[in-house]
Parts: sequence; C-alpha cells; structure tokens
Amino acid sequence: MTDNELIWRIAGGSGDGIDSTSQNFAKALMRSGLNVFTHRHYPSRIRGGHTYVEIRAAEDEVKSRGDGYNCLLALGDSFARNPQENAYYGNEETKPLSENLDELREGGIIVYDSGLLDTEEIPDFEERVEENDWHVFDIDLRGMAKEHGREVMRNTAGVGVTAALLDMDLDHIEDLMADAMGGDILEQNLQILQDAYDYTKEEYEFEHDLRVPTGDHEEEQVLLSGSNAIAYGALDEGCRFISGYPMTPWTDVFTIMSQNLPKFGGISEQVEDEIAAAALAVGASHAGVKAMSGSSGGGFALMSEPLGLAEMTETPVVLVEAMRAGPSTGMPTKPEQGDLEHVLYTSQGDSNRVVFAPGTVDEAYDQTRMAFKMAYEYQLPAIVIFDQKLSGENTNLDASFFDREPNPDPGSVMTEDEIAEAAHDASGKFHRFQHETDDGVSPRSLPGQKGGRYLATGNEHNPPGHISEDPENRVYQMDRRMQKLESIRTELDEEHETQQTYHGPDDAEYGIITWGSQQGAVEEAVDRLNDAGHSVKSIGVSDMMPFPEAEMTEFLESVDEALVVEMNATAQFRGLTQKELGLYGDKMTSLLKYNGNPFEPGEIVQGFEAEIDDSATDLATGTRVEPAAGD
Amino acid sequence: MSAFNAIGDERDIDRDEYTPGLEPQPTWCPGCGDFGVLKALKQALPEVGRTPDETLVCTGIGCSGKLNSYLDTYGFHTIHGRSLPVARAAKLANPGVEVIAAGGDGDGYGIGGNHFMHTARENHDMTYIVFNNEIFGLTKGQTSPTSPKGHKSKTQPSGSAKTPIRPLSLGLTSGASYVARTAAVNPNQAKEIITEAIEHDGFAHIDFLTQCPTWNKDAKQYVPYVDIQDSDDYDHDVTDRREAAEMMHETEDLLYEGTVLTGRYYVDDDRPSYQEEKQAIGEMPEEPLAERYFDDDYEWERSADLLDRHK
Repeated sequence: MTDNELIWRIAGGSGDGIDSTSQNFAKALMRSGLNVFTHRHYPSRIRGGHTYVEIRAAEDEVKSRGDGYNCLLALGDSFARNPQENAYYGNEETKPLSENLDELREGGIIVYDSGLLDTEEIPDFEERVEENDWHVFDIDLRGMAKEHGREVMRNTAGVGVTAALLDMDLDHIEDLMADAMGGDILEQNLQILQDAYDYTKEEYEFEHDLRVPTGDHEEEQVLLSGSNAIAYGALDEGCRFISGYPMTPWTDVFTIMSQNLPKFGGISEQVEDEIAAAALAVGASHAGVKAMSGSSGGGFALMSEPLGLAEMTETPVVLVEAMRAGPSTGMPTKPEQGDLEHVLYTSQGDSNRVVFAPGTVDEAYDQTRMAFKMAYEYQLPAIVIFDQKLSGENTNLDASFFDREPNPDPGSVMTEDEIAEAAHDASGKFHRFQHETDDGVSPRSLPGQKGGRYLATGNEHNPPGHISEDPENRVYQMDRRMQKLESIRTELDEEHETQQTYHGPDDAEYGIITWGSQQGAVEEAVDRLNDAGHSVKSIGVSDMMPFPEAEMTEFLESVDEALVVEMNATAQFRGLTQKELGLYGDKMTSLLKYNGNPFEPGEIVQGFEAEIDDSATDLATGTRVEPAAGD
Repeated sequence: MSAFNAIGDERDIDRDEYTPGLEPQPTWCPGCGDFGVLKALKQALPEVGRTPDETLVCTGIGCSGKLNSYLDTYGFHTIHGRSLPVARAAKLANPGVEVIAAGGDGDGYGIGGNHFMHTARENHDMTYIVFNNEIFGLTKGQTSPTSPKGHKSKTQPSGSAKTPIRPLSLGLTSGASYVARTAAVNPNQAKEIITEAIEHDGFAHIDFLTQCPTWNKDAKQYVPYVDIQDSDDYDHDVTDRREAAEMMHETEDLLYEGTVLTGRYYVDDDRPSYQEEKQAIGEMPEEPLAERYFDDDYEWERSADLLDRHK
C-alpha cells in the first residue's frame, strides 16, 4: 500500500457504460503522470446485474488492485428496472451501492446517484457511514444528465463530481472525450461534466482528506490489458493466422486479433467449434503460416485432440488458454487458476508441449513471443496460460516497450536447395522425421516445395512419414520428440534471461512462490512484510513446462519455508513443483483462494503471518491453507 | 523469388509419379472399393495438371484415412473427422496448393459432420471425397450414419432405429457448389467426376460409393448403377438448385431400394469461393500468406503501430 493512492471504484449495472467510463478515467489519471492498475468485476449477463471497475492510481508503481478502495461512484443499476413491464427485479438496483460497502476503507468517499438510488432501502447505511467515517455525497446525477442531454450521460456527471471532490483537472478527461465522440454528443457531455464539477465545488464543503495524487512519467505511457499484450506479442512474432470460437475470457484476445490481422495482411477465422479452431491453426501452420488458436477451459478441452495431432506431426502451433473458474461452465466471468493440470496433461499418450504462464502485462507480451519462438524452432505446440484477471486488467507501460523488431522467421523450415540435398526414401519421399538430430528437431518442408513430399500423420510413423509400428523406430521417434523439451529447457536456461520473476532481498529467510497473475499482489505483499520486519522474497514462476528445475531448486534451498500462493482449490502448482523436484514437500504450505476473486496483497500478508510466521491466526475469508506434508 | 517452386510447375505428368515405390502397399481388403478412389485420383491429378509436390491430400481416420499413404503427394493424415478444418486452413494459408480432403462416411458424416456442414457453406475451393460404404470398416463393422434403417451390427444388435444420413442433400443444403456421386465400380465416371471436382472453383463434394466386401456384403456393388447423365430417364438441369434437390431426393430414397443413381447432381460455377468472398471484404491477402515468410523485402507491421488507442 502506498501512502498516497487513489482507488476509485465505479459501480453500476452491466450495460450502463461502466467499462468505457472507467477506461477514460484511467487514461486521464495515467496522462496526469500517475501509474494505474484496473480491475474489472462483472456478472455473466448482457445488461443489468452488479458490475464495477476499480482504478488504482499512485505516483509509485502499482502492481495489483490493492486492498480495498477509497472512493466509490455508485451509479445504480438502470437495467434492474423494466419500465415496459413495470417490473422491478428484486434489490438489484441498489447493489452498486450496497454491494460495495464492505471493501470501502475508513474515511473514504461515497458519491451516489440520488436520482436512481435510495439509501433508505439499504439497512444500516447511516450507521455504517458513521462508524467508518465515510463522506457521502448524494447527488442527482440522472437529473443533471437529463438537463443537458440524455439520462445515460449520468456517468459523465459522476466523473465530474468525483473530479471536483478529488481536486482533479478536467483537461485530460475532456481531451479523451473529444477523441471518443463528436458533435452534439460531445458538447452535451462536456457541458454535463463541467456543470457537475462546478456544482460540487460550489455546493459542498470538503471535509475528506483524499485528493488525487500527483506524479510524473519520464516518457509516454500506454494503458493496456494482458489480452492486448498477448495479441501484440503474437503480431510482432509474425503470427498472421488465428482461428477461434468465442468463449469468455479468451474472446478478448480473439477479438483483438480479428480486428487487426486483416489490416496486417493476415487471416482470422471464426469457426464452428474449438476442435475445428485448433485444427485450422494446425493446418495453416502445416502450410507454412505462423498460426495460433485458443480458448478458455471448456473450449480448450475440445482442443485436446488437435493438440495431440500437432505433437505427433510436429506441427508448430501456439494455443492460448484464458482460465476462468471451473469445472464445466463454472463462473464465466470470474478468474481462477484451476486449468493448469488440464493444460499440462490433456491429450493422450506421453504428450509434450511448452507451457508459459505470464504474470504481468509486459510478461504476457514477452512470453507470447517466446511461445511462438519455441513452437516454431522446435516444431511443437506451445501454450500461453493466463486467467480472466490478467486478461482484463489494464496497466500502464512505457510506450517504448513495444518498440521491438518483428520476427517473421518461420523456424526450422528447409529451403528447396536444402531439401534437394536431404535424405529421401526409394519412392522419393523426403525424410521429414529423421531419427538422428542434435536437439530433437528434424527440419520440415512445406506443401508446394519441390521434392519435400512426406506424410504428416497422427499415427506413429517412420522418417518419410509412413505409418509404422516398428518397435525400434517407435523408440527413436518417441525419444527424439521428448528430447525437444530438454533442448528447450537448456536453451531457456542458457541463452535467455530467466522468465521467472524474483522480488525481495536475495538472502531472505522465507519465500513466497506464485505463478501467473498473482505475481503483482505477491510482490506488494512481500514489500509490506519486509517493511513490517519479516524477511521474505518471492518468485513468480512462468515456465510451467519445461519446468525450471534448477531455478526452483535453488530458490527452495535458499529459504527455510515457502508459502505457495495460487487461485485454485487443489494446489495444482505446488503439486507440479513437488512432482518435478521430487522433494521439498515439507517446505511448502499453500495459500489458496477460489471464490472468484483474485488475491489482494493484504490477504497474502495475513496468510504469511498466520501460516509461516505464526504471528497471526485470522485468515481472510475466502482463502484456505493446505499445510506442508508432515504438518 | 518463390519458396514454393513446385506450384504452377507446368509439365507433362506421368501417372506413376503419384505412386510411391514398393512401400507401403495398400492394406485394404481384396475387392475393397477404396482402390477405386485411389486409382481415379491418380488418373485425375495428371489430367488437371497438378504435380505431386503442389498437391496436399488431407484425410481423417479409418480405411479411407490411408488414401494418402498410397499416394506420393504431400499428405496430412489427421484425426477422426478432422480432415476438413486442417485442409481448409492449409488452402487459406497457401491457395497455390491443390487441396483434396477425404474421409469415410463415419468420419465425414458422423464425427466430422459439423465440419462438413460448415466447410460446405463457406464454399472453400477444395475437393472433398467421402468414401461411403455404409459401414465402419477399420473398427470392424459397426453401423455408420449412412447404414440403412434396420441395419444390424454388433453395436446395433436389434437393427438400427435411425434414418440414414442423406449425403447429397446434406451437401447441397449445406452450400456445396458442386455435388456428385460416383462409385468404385464405375471407374471411368469416377475419374471424370474427380477431375471435374478438382477443376471446380469452390467446395466440391463427392459421395463416393465404395463397396466393403468384408463388413457390408449387402452394399451397393450388387445393385445396378445408373449414370444419370447418360440416361434419358433421369435428366435434370444440374445448375438448377431445385431440380438438383428433387433429383437427390429420388436417388436417396432409391439407394436403399435397389437402383443406385450416380453422376453430377449440382454444379454452381457462378458462386465465388470462400477465398474470393474474403478477398472481397478485405480479409484475405491477394498473395499467398505462406510466401510472405520467405520474402526478404516484405515490411512487417509491428504492434507499435497500434498504440495510439492506448495512449
């Protein structure tokens, strides 16, 4: 927790414009020189139902949504009412106010739309306000919006009110509005914004301490999500074919790619199902194009067979798996890290693939590029696994981060001259799957290349690709395919800087281990624990397969005990670590959360103090501890 | 510069070029109708001027799936029911390659039925040959989607209660722009139809009747085949969708009653292929995408070009 931070939450019903309003507000904060981190909470329905977006902004780096928040803009759920049928759906309408009170910090601000919300319908509201020293501003945002334009513009009125309360300039907000709209709509919105701002300044005396922080960026910033970063990483690595079927939260990556690929001269295909989606990516890659597909848990289950086909035919392909809470349809819009084992082990046989789990937006970009590099260099499927949290959260990065060279190299593909020199069988077929190679990679030819004919088959096959059940060939081919993962591990260890992220003092006594999207919250927790006198460091692990055995051994050797933080109920990553290292079961305790919400740093601090340090016992609701073996 | 010099290689092609050496020899049963498809394809490809190096044959699983093992072209033996999604993406990635997909009636109309419907409606420029022997062969004789109602097998001991798939009607209603039926026992017609299908710019669906002498002794090799194009009794305008549908209706009833009608049922030469449709809306590059990776002069756009909206 930084001393001076704004965590602004805008709450309303799905369809009320919460997303676009918050996106603009976050950008305005970023443009004013602050670091921002956004978190989105929404229900699985189109319109109505409680939704909120939280924007954390501070001068210092922000790596997570933080703990709780300090400024609420409650717009009310306009879709909870159905004027045509004169129906009213339960207490949905007040949820944007009532549902958010638990996490509002002491001394915080509440702005609510008195045109839609009535605090009399919320039991204990007054008592809670008093108890928590909250500053409440009941303003008829709907009325204000109606006066100058349309009722839906109450978002803008709300932004004007909070800007006034926080002593924030309107310039950046106005610029962003001008970028997004024009004509009468823009004029009306600007008017409403200014009116709400002036009205608030004139009518109220501000007794609260919260003001918008100030900050300064050394260079131009961009605000983007994990899904953006994955798509951009793919584009820069020369991916020009995507095939998919919509499923939350994978749809974000799919949409971004579909909107950009044609402009980049690529092809996007929305197809009949996920089996087809992955099979198309395999087909495009077989023909020589860098291709990707992806889905979320349920759709990825269908991709299991084309995934195995890619392994057996040694066709490079990148699949993206955007996790949400399972099993089955689970909770479509809620994050979880429950698909790790599914992604590692799905598909029949002794199958092998590369799996990377980026922890942050910049890692999502880098590791997607690395996934393509490994897939095309070593001719096997590579999977980028992440979750709904990383998919949808926006953070700011230096714009120069994306100033990278593209890499169109299709990997180990032979030229026609090389093919002419290579081994062929008596019938003229090219030895596509030769036995003897240095690193397990047998360079391929592409359909249409002269003299490169071979059969790619999901059956076991001999060098030219003919189906073969010869025991000797089987062992050669299996060993060669499996050797690729060892070669990749060697390459990752030796030639690249580690993809794992370390935080905290090297010589710390205790460790926190996490993977994927929980990395930022863990790092903030580590800072707070060290500030509080503990000795803690963390590792955010990205390489799921091949596993970073040496690095993990070194980390675990260097600490007395470690807390493994992950968002699932069965400690899947801790299980993987124990399986891969065969040791340290008694050193690791799990802190688990699987209620549909990601960890907040405070929960990790509490979990550490309760389980490792024994100085606290009360764990946050929604978290669970899986003790170390032998405890 | 082209990385794919085989494409557009105009020369006289010997039929033997499509036959691999001694290995592997077909493992189909003696008398199997699949030999008929293999032979017809080997005759048709040189006829349309396609060299082995510029041809990709994608198959599914089953006896039909082995087709490309016995053809000396590029081949992709995929997984059960999945030849079409692999094939159509390969075609999109490199339209210069001649793509032919093949599968059995279980593979193509059962497990891969959904892909069939969607590939046909998109009208991808490719040929799809379905080996229809009304039985599962390689898994040893189970009832398939085209087996007649009442067909008894180990998995349907009381006889199938299901009405069989009507492959031609399914192809037509799904949107295939070329629909034909031929049979292994009619080699001249088979070669002609496959040639026409390959030359057709769009999705050409061939329901290829292949007798199974081992598991389906009742199959259609024992009934008379009539070529509808050669018969005055069965004349219809192949470019007329309604007439084609009526003709198919008649045939698909007769198939289970005794007479088998073969020939071309529907040909729509005017409909643009999927690739052309996509090009028209600006979502498909004019040059083969696969070529771009070998073009040193091509300027690759970067994600940095997209950052304005994030500032």
